[in-house]
Amino acid sequence: MTDLTRMSAAELAKAIAGKEASAVEVATAHLDRIDAVDDRVHAFLHVDREGALAAAERVDRGEVTGPLAGVPIAVKDVIATKGVPTTAASKILEGWRPPYDATIVQRLRAAGMVMLGKTNMDEFAMGSSTEYSAYGPTNNPWDLGRIPGGSGGGSAASLAAYEAPLAIGTDTGGSIRQPGAVTGTVGAKPTYGGTSRYGLIAFSSSLDTPGPCARNVEDAALLHAVIAGHDPRDSTSIPQPVPDVVGAARRGASGDLSGVKLGLVKEFAGDGSEPGVLAAFHESLEALVKLGAEVVEVSCPHFQYALPAYYLIAPSECSSNLARFDGVRYGLRTGDDGSRSLEEVMSLTRDAGFGPEVKRRIILGTYALSSGYYDAYYGQAQKVRTLITRDFQSAFERVDVLVSPTTPFVAFPFGSRTSDPYQMYLADLFTIPTNLYGGPGISVPCGLSEGLPVGFQVMAPTMADDRMYRVAAALESAVGTLTPPTL
Amino acid sequence: MAAISREEVAHLARLSRLAVTEQELDQFAGQLDVILQSVARVGEVAADDIPPTSHSVPLTNVYRDDVPQPSLTQDEALAGAPDTFEGRFRVPRILDEED
Repeated sequence: MTDLTRMSAAELAKAIAGKEASAVEVATAHLDRIDAVDDRVHAFLHVDREGALAAAERVDRGEVTGPLAGVPIAVKDVIATKGVPTTAASKILEGWRPPYDATIVQRLRAAGMVMLGKTNMDEFAMGSSTEYSAYGPTNNPWDLGRIPGGSGGGSAASLAAYEAPLAIGTDTGGSIRQPGAVTGTVGAKPTYGGTSRYGLIAFSSSLDTPGPCARNVEDAALLHAVIAGHDPRDSTSIPQPVPDVVGAARRGASGDLSGVKLGLVKEFAGDGSEPGVLAAFHESLEALVKLGAEVVEVSCPHFQYALPAYYLIAPSECSSNLARFDGVRYGLRTGDDGSRSLEEVMSLTRDAGFGPEVKRRIILGTYALSSGYYDAYYGQAQKVRTLITRDFQSAFERVDVLVSPTTPFVAFPFGSRTSDPYQMYLADLFTIPTNLYGGPGISVPCGLSEGLPVGFQVMAPTMADDRMYRVAAALESAVGTLTPPTL
Repeated sequence: MAAISREEVAHLARLSRLAVTEQELDQFAGQLDVILQSVARVGEVAADDIPPTSHSVPLTNVYRDDVPQPSLTQDEALAGAPDTFEGRFRVPRILDEED
């Protein structure tokens, strides 16, 4: 019989609907695969075998149907799952079981999807390598000595290790797309406001966007369609219909891009990218031209300030959001021996519960919001954000989408960027502008450099998510998907 | 010149309710200095007349109808707390004994 863990989500859904395989068989195959390989990969922080099998049984009894009914899924640990441990990979939330489901989790359950467990990440989604997880890093299935990207490295690695056919990530500065790129998988960041933030543990509220991770573009689109759409519980949720991302992915897969204009950002040319990354990117660009696309060079003069602006805006919002972890209502409490005041206990709890990157960002954000520095840092960063948005808007008057490598470098060895935090931040050089603008972006595998995957990024105007799926699917039809080494 | 001193980092840590160790202070002061010098580049942009963007979604004052909705029970809300007392969150003393 076919190995169920090697099938796409679309194939699994079809097999389950056609009674060629039961949802329980599919879930069991993936849970067994996790048992077999996750001690080497460490994609999961928690596996919910019992919950997964119960959800699969409901599908097999015909209680729930739908385009992805019975398909297993891994969920990033920053997303609240009722009764299932949710830690954001932080010691400060160790053992916490949320009393409610995030909206996107409610939608997965309603669609009959089978949640296998919670995936590893950089603590509170701050990082690009999962090395900042309080529970140890995830290893890249392509080379277990290298990082799987971050913050959503566990979600991406679970796909590349065939532990799950689909996963959920969150993208604040590239945390879906960069892990997708370095693991040879597909990661899509929807338009900000296109997917609900209700039930996400907040990092940077004006940027956080949940989205789909998959092994191919059509699967990503199918998951996108399940989770997207207006949610009254999120005041920044856009009350508009979801673009037809599934139709766009299928149309793109036919391989015709005539009339589509791709914008090549002049300011990104050679900007610190490894030669092998640039080579794979340019070969893919030529493949798209063969499919009928036209390449137009565009200038986005403020993109060079996106990284500095992001590292003021995101830490500022995080310093405010993470104030809620005070040892009172949930999570860790340290030093409460009866002799210390609330404030002392709070300070000891936060020092014990947060890791170094989280502390750095809280301190940096507190600084940027301080009176006397506010105008020069946070205020100025918000103005730069306006200029970056205008760069996107004027580019989209001339082209349909923008394209770039997803990240400047392939998966790097563990420990090579942790001593200098700014070197880690450079991993998100090409993904961050999209977050500041609020538009959608997708990373799709486009080849190998030194045997490791390279990602191709497609960025589209806000609420034109369908456009990026069409181009990404066309590229996939031309260059194919990547198959990781056998674990 | 350093953009941020060790004393400033210690002050910010206190404001952030982080009881950082001396060793952490030594480490963070140097790292934050490098980060701040890099992010200070936003100051190069002439943006005096540019309105700030706090958010990409052009929505303001989003309200729902003022109708009661089901919410967590008291037990559910308290279930994750490190310490509770008679249906409430129990916290260490807030005032000094002499107050």
